[in-house]
Amino acid sequence: MNAINNSILTLILLLPLAGAVLVLLIPERGKLPNWIALFTSLATFGLTLHLPAHFDKTQTSFQFEVNRIWIEKPAIFYHVGVDGLSLWLVVLVGLLAPVGVVASWNAIAERRKLFFALFLVQQTAMFGVFIALDLILYYGFWELSLVPMAILIAMYGRKDGPRAALKFFLYTFIPSAPLLVAILWLYARTGSFDFDTLRLWVASGALPAGALGWVALAFLFAFAVKVPVFPLHGWLADTFSEAPVALAMVVAGKLGLYSMLRFHIGLFPVQARAVAPVLVGLAVVGILYGACLALVQRDFWRLMAFAALSHLSMITLGIYGLTLTGWEGAVYQILNHGVVDGALFLLLGVLYDSYSSSEISAYGGLAAKLPRTATFFVLAALGMIGLPMLGGFIGEFLILLGTFTGVSKGWAIAATLGVILGAAYMLTLVQKLFFGPESKMAGSKPPEDVEVGQLAVLAPLFVLMLAMGVAPMLWLPMIDQGVHPPPITMRFNTSGAKVHVDSMSMNAGDESPAYQSETNETNGEGQR
Amino acid sequence: MNPVPDIFRILPELILTLTGVAVMLTDAALNPKWPRRPLGWMAALGTTLALWASLGQLALPMGTGFSGTIETSAFTVFFHVLICGIVLVALLLSLDTLPEKSHHQGEFYALIVFGAVGMCLLTGAVELLLVFIALEISSIATYILAGYRKETPRGPEAAIKYFLLGSFATAFLLYGVALIFGATGTTQIYEIARLAPTAQNQSFILAGMGLMLVGILFKVSAVPFHVWTPDVYEGSPTPVVALMSTAPKAAAFALLLRVVYEMLPALRPVWSPLLWVVAVLSMTVGNLAALRQTNVKRMLAYSSIAHAGYLLAAFAGLDATGIAAASFYIAAYAAMNVGIFAVITLASGYDEKLPLIEDFRGLIYRSPLLGSLLIFFLASLVGIPFTGGFFGKLISFSTAIGGGAIWLVIIGLLNSGLAAAYYLRLALVAAQKPKDDQATTPEPRVGIAVGAALLFAVAATLVLGILPNGVQRAAEAGAHTLQAPPAEIGTPQGSR
Repeated sequence: MNAINNSILTLILLLPLAGAVLVLLIPERGKLPNWIALFTSLATFGLTLHLPAHFDKTQTSFQFEVNRIWIEKPAIFYHVGVDGLSLWLVVLVGLLAPVGVVASWNAIAERRKLFFALFLVQQTAMFGVFIALDLILYYGFWELSLVPMAILIAMYGRKDGPRAALKFFLYTFIPSAPLLVAILWLYARTGSFDFDTLRLWVASGALPAGALGWVALAFLFAFAVKVPVFPLHGWLADTFSEAPVALAMVVAGKLGLYSMLRFHIGLFPVQARAVAPVLVGLAVVGILYGACLALVQRDFWRLMAFAALSHLSMITLGIYGLTLTGWEGAVYQILNHGVVDGALFLLLGVLYDSYSSSEISAYGGLAAKLPRTATFFVLAALGMIGLPMLGGFIGEFLILLGTFTGVSKGWAIAATLGVILGAAYMLTLVQKLFFGPESKMAGSKPPEDVEVGQLAVLAPLFVLMLAMGVAPMLWLPMIDQGVHPPPITMRFNTSGAKVHVDSMSMNAGDESPAYQSETNETNGEGQR
Repeated sequence: MNPVPDIFRILPELILTLTGVAVMLTDAALNPKWPRRPLGWMAALGTTLALWASLGQLALPMGTGFSGTIETSAFTVFFHVLICGIVLVALLLSLDTLPEKSHHQGEFYALIVFGAVGMCLLTGAVELLLVFIALEISSIATYILAGYRKETPRGPEAAIKYFLLGSFATAFLLYGVALIFGATGTTQIYEIARLAPTAQNQSFILAGMGLMLVGILFKVSAVPFHVWTPDVYEGSPTPVVALMSTAPKAAAFALLLRVVYEMLPALRPVWSPLLWVVAVLSMTVGNLAALRQTNVKRMLAYSSIAHAGYLLAAFAGLDATGIAAASFYIAAYAAMNVGIFAVITLASGYDEKLPLIEDFRGLIYRSPLLGSLLIFFLASLVGIPFTGGFFGKLISFSTAIGGGAIWLVIIGLLNSGLAAAYYLRLALVAAQKPKDDQATTPEPRVGIAVGAALLFAVAATLVLGILPNGVQRAAEAGAHTLQAPPAEIGTPQGSR
């Protein structure tokens, strides 16, 4: 068992890559690439399930850790590991992979080999981002994830793929330049790219505070574009309307939000605290702005994009509220959003595949012709809105609670307004697509309802949505372990002096009084 | 006194020279009607032997031969292997892409090999006159190769432009050598290093260094000495561009490292800011100009100017780390640049049916292999992780930050973000569906020789990106030998 624990993360990382090579090597015959991709992604998903099964909730450090020297100079390590924060995200990526394959089953009709090979490479890159604990390794996967995405958007886009791909790539590539500068600066000062070591260095106060502020800002900027945070969301709508369904469901959110928690707040708690009020403000603006724009979209991909902006801003609010409740809610909501978005994109993909239109007004009255699609869509929409008993409720509730008690009542109320608007645009979308009089287009073609294969992936997603709504305790304890920053008690040696850093958790008493209330709130966590 | 026979010190150069001569003589002796391809294989074989001989030189104790004019050390071996590798790839590439009936094929192969002699000699020379001679050998071969397509109007234009400007640059270099000789009374690099700090006429040394830098920076096509690059690349045959955008540059960078780090380390306060400015100018001007190009080769010419800038960033690094980083970057740059020119040669053919970026539309549909390779090499040029281009940049910039040049790195990385735009444009065009009315070129044929060349370039780019330890160790060993001159420096052998 030990051998498995030691190599499981590497296996998760390499299996999709091996699948990609296999897909490239075999001849393109019928749906063979699809089957290989499906098998690989299912097997990888199976592997990711090993992690929660053998995760030790009582242990506060990283688990399934591997730390080997990779490159001697500069000293780069193959250092991977998961904690409660990344654990479920890895599983989520694993879960969405087969969903993506199924969503592309019929949609990708030509050059399947290339599509599925790149899709699998994309999986590896995303796993890598979530498990890497060496900053260069992390940066490597972060950048690597852009390439398959850009190529796939360019080649398999709907109308103007190349333009959207260029926009997406540049939007996310250019901000990562300052990120790399910041990483290199840290290395020049500390001689390490290792997450744990750097955390100690930053906490020790041995690095100049002014420069550290800029470094933290460079990290934040790269992540904020990737999430995206208002007003850096310029790439989102075009990417959503062009990206193949399988990629649209993973392109936004997760990577950036996780990175914020791990590498911005986790690495630079003091600097993050300084900018948190700004981000809280931007997040609330993003929630409302995204929701308002979603209300007036005529194209359902674009509607999904602005809805995503709104929801991701909600998660950003939870993260930069800097409350433990908010963090738990944020991670929970990342997971839930991944599942719900996956289902919604799959269903919209079904519609788009049969009618080749994303114009909302062209649809109407489909509920009678496509009963299964309609049912699932309504359910998913409810999950997105945050109906109690479904996953979205728990996450949003925790985030809003954290904001209300820990940040400011005003912001919490404003953000709640976004939830209401969310209900408005999602229900309007449901109504316009599936109910009302049957449109000309809907009548023009024989209906193609959700197929058996799609049913096979949709059903688990919905079970999961429900489970996340009624049994949050299946997930929260592990997430809790992840968002509680482990205390730093080891001795740390800088320039000969022994520096003791007792704790770098957010609620250290001597920190800014603005968030004092959070300490009490943390204690009173029994409210769940 | 010297236990190593001098001949071993120039063994690779000797092998290359003999190969070149043999190729030329065989060409003259053969019936004119017979195919000339075997000559190319002959040249490739000779280059392989030279490469192998260079590796063998590692066994020699570090030192100089021929009266202290030529050195063998880990540094020279690193560059010899690199140059021979590039030349080998360029030969393999030419073998399959030169038209069967093209003129003077024997000379073509021989000139490539003679150029390699000059470049190899340049990396080993520790005597400024020999440096000059080596530079001329390599330059003259390249001038002729640049004009090889004499039937096109652009061919001779490229050759003449390159020749005129190149001669100027070499003259600058020679003038610099003369000034330094005037100040120190010697042209032996170690001697200059010893005498320069105490020389009476520091202004001569400064002026001499400046003039030498002009000459060298011209050869590496750094801004503001870059104007020739796009025109020459556009007019030259693509396999030759693959060669001359990499190998002579590698040699010239080796010379630059030798001049600044070994010959005039005391003048670091002067050359370091100079190179800082040149680095920033090169990357910025190169990238901005590349953004506006519509011709693939011109775009890549400007991209190579920008890469010279990234490379020069490593010179901000301190001593051994800077040298090692620069050496590594050259290797990474060479691997991906040779690779992309190989792909372009294959896709657009010897007679360049596809000169424009727009012409590459749908390459991945016409030829999935070439399209994917094009995107792969472009990704490496962009600096996507797990490719040589990324690690080259990482090491170069990390060294520069270590040397305190944080702004250089910020400018450099913003530049690489900018550069992504034009690389991506080509990649996206290649990934787009071909237009229906587009003239369909037949799917390019990938022969054995060119297949081997491509495989070599891909493998090198990947190894430099994923498992760079070996190459890095070699680069560092080289850096240390450049830092520590051979023992006999105290008692110079020559008659001087």
